[in-house]
Amino acid sequence: MKLLEYQAKEVFRSAAIRTPNEAMVTTPQDAVKLAEESVGYPCVIKAQVPVGGRGKAGGVKVAKNAEDVLQIASQILGMSIKGCVVEKILVSEAVTIQNEYYLSVVLHRASQKPMIIMSPSGGVDIEEISKNQPDKIFKEEYDFIVGFKDYSLRKTYQKMFQNQEERVSYKEFKEFLNKIVNVYFEKDATLVEINPLIVYKNECMALDAKILLDDNGLEFHPEFEKYITSNAEETEQEKMAREANLTYISLDGNIACMVNGAGLAMATMDTIKHFGGSPANFLDIGGSSHPEKVVNALKIIASNKKVKAILINIFGGITRCDDIAHGFKEGLERVSFNLPISCRIIGTNDEKAHSILREINIPVTTDMDEAVQNVVKLAREG
Amino acid sequence: MSILLDENSNVIVQGITGRDGSFHADQMIQYGTNVVGGVTPGKGGQTILGVPIFNSVQEAVIEKKADVSLIFVPAPFASDAIVEAADAGVRLIVCITEGVPVNQMLKVQAYLKSKPDVRLIGPNCPGLISPGKSKVGILPGHIFKQGNVGVVSRSGTLTYEIVYSLTSAGFGESTCIGIGGDPIIGTDFIDTLSLFNDDSQTESIVLIGEIGGDAEEKAAAYIRQNIKKKVVAFIAGVTAPPEKRMGHAGAIISQGMGTAEGKVKAFHEAGVKVASIPSQVADLLR
Repeated sequence: MKLLEYQAKEVFRSAAIRTPNEAMVTTPQDAVKLAEESVGYPCVIKAQVPVGGRGKAGGVKVAKNAEDVLQIASQILGMSIKGCVVEKILVSEAVTIQNEYYLSVVLHRASQKPMIIMSPSGGVDIEEISKNQPDKIFKEEYDFIVGFKDYSLRKTYQKMFQNQEERVSYKEFKEFLNKIVNVYFEKDATLVEINPLIVYKNECMALDAKILLDDNGLEFHPEFEKYITSNAEETEQEKMAREANLTYISLDGNIACMVNGAGLAMATMDTIKHFGGSPANFLDIGGSSHPEKVVNALKIIASNKKVKAILINIFGGITRCDDIAHGFKEGLERVSFNLPISCRIIGTNDEKAHSILREINIPVTTDMDEAVQNVVKLAREG
Repeated sequence: MSILLDENSNVIVQGITGRDGSFHADQMIQYGTNVVGGVTPGKGGQTILGVPIFNSVQEAVIEKKADVSLIFVPAPFASDAIVEAADAGVRLIVCITEGVPVNQMLKVQAYLKSKPDVRLIGPNCPGLISPGKSKVGILPGHIFKQGNVGVVSRSGTLTYEIVYSLTSAGFGESTCIGIGGDPIIGTDFIDTLSLFNDDSQTESIVLIGEIGGDAEEKAAAYIRQNIKKKVVAFIAGVTAPPEKRMGHAGAIISQGMGTAEGKVKAFHEAGVKVASIPSQVADLLR
């Protein structure tokens, strides 16, 4: 899950990481009140949305007085950025910037350690820096026993602040990095990013903030629960799936699929493509085989108007095939749709499953390629 | 010989009294796995499925010479269960549990570096099986047949799919290992390839990968340098939308790695044939 800027900055402040004087509001009137009473002028008004590119879309603007704030806040609130309607804005103190730096802590799979990425050329997209100025990107490994290695970090510190008038001491810089790493671990994050980072009145300050949380860690952090629904970028079907505890990703094709297991679900999509069809979704109903899950899955795929045919591909291991068949039968009774179905079911209790489906006239096979070729044909005819 | 697991392996199940733990312990016993006990703190002294329950892994190791531990405990307690098994001195730890936070696994991996004799498989994996000898995990035993193909996979049900088609085509397996789909796992493709390369029963190897990360690219480079046996691969997700990236910083680290295209290319360069659909794996192995 991704935290919005204002949420990430709340995390920063509780970890004694400095941010500008600012707060989140939801109406132009509150924005004016905040600017008048505490933030002061000039101030920056920033759209709070879970997508990037808000600056280019006009979602970040400077206001010089109350009139400006009212006008800009009214304009930004309600605007749409990449399909996300702005409902929250941040009113933030405008600070003087000498230089914009980049800083992030990210999970590094290869070394199995967190990696710190830094650059004195921040403020822009980090991919641009890495393409145009790769010599301006510095990486430091965080080790579980020794932490930061001074001999190495000292060199990076020199390169980061070379030719900069305003800078922090090495000791302060390292303390700041340690605070960011602590946030990374304490909140079960997979990315903590500050872009830009600035030095303001001899202190490091986060002008922007981005935190990606490990979904597997969320149960340890009840403080983030309130953000889960509001931060999600998802289609109607994806929302229904999340609420039903299923993994669903919308795609562009017209063959809906229901599969158990992520790897098999991907392989099923690949096989559909191989035989000339196009998948409408990725849907993993997971390992356990509660019939209700199948009913929910059917509801979700049948609600997608683009779908022309449905493919069920189940390889029963822990999943019991007869449970799937029962759920499917129940789903057909409860969900109304008129789409052709191709079914492949094999594994634990598959014979029972086949006889349940044959009773309700659903064609079923044990061969994956056959079922896929069949559904591709059905989608073409439909 | 098979790798990592055979008829002499003494297996315990951490979390044996839970719903999944007891069901799969029963399946394993029926398959012929030498399950010597289970561990559930507070239930020591009782028995389940005809085997004793211990309060700690340490007790099971001392009394039953357990050398393999299978973990079914819930995600919040899984990393501690791995550490407990490692401290007790089992040789092989298999963690089935899904949903272990990735930063907890980073710390567990750093800890396991101080225990070079301990191997972890998983988490979020289906386990492993040496057909006809022993099964540790949740793989459906009946689809496997003893034979000469070593199978290593990041997936669960996709592994069953491919093994089923191998078995139907007349092939059998020496050992089949699901290494798990999480970003941080104990045993990777390279570890397993090296074991298969040294195993006399294994004549050829099937590698089942998927999009994301760079494990397949690294495996391809390793195969090119070190593996003398025939390898056939399948990569799931050729048609999948790009992996949810970990922001831009993640994209920099991976340096363009992780796409199905890149992985297939890496395998071709290493002389490994890549199947386009699961049912082609058996054809390419012939």
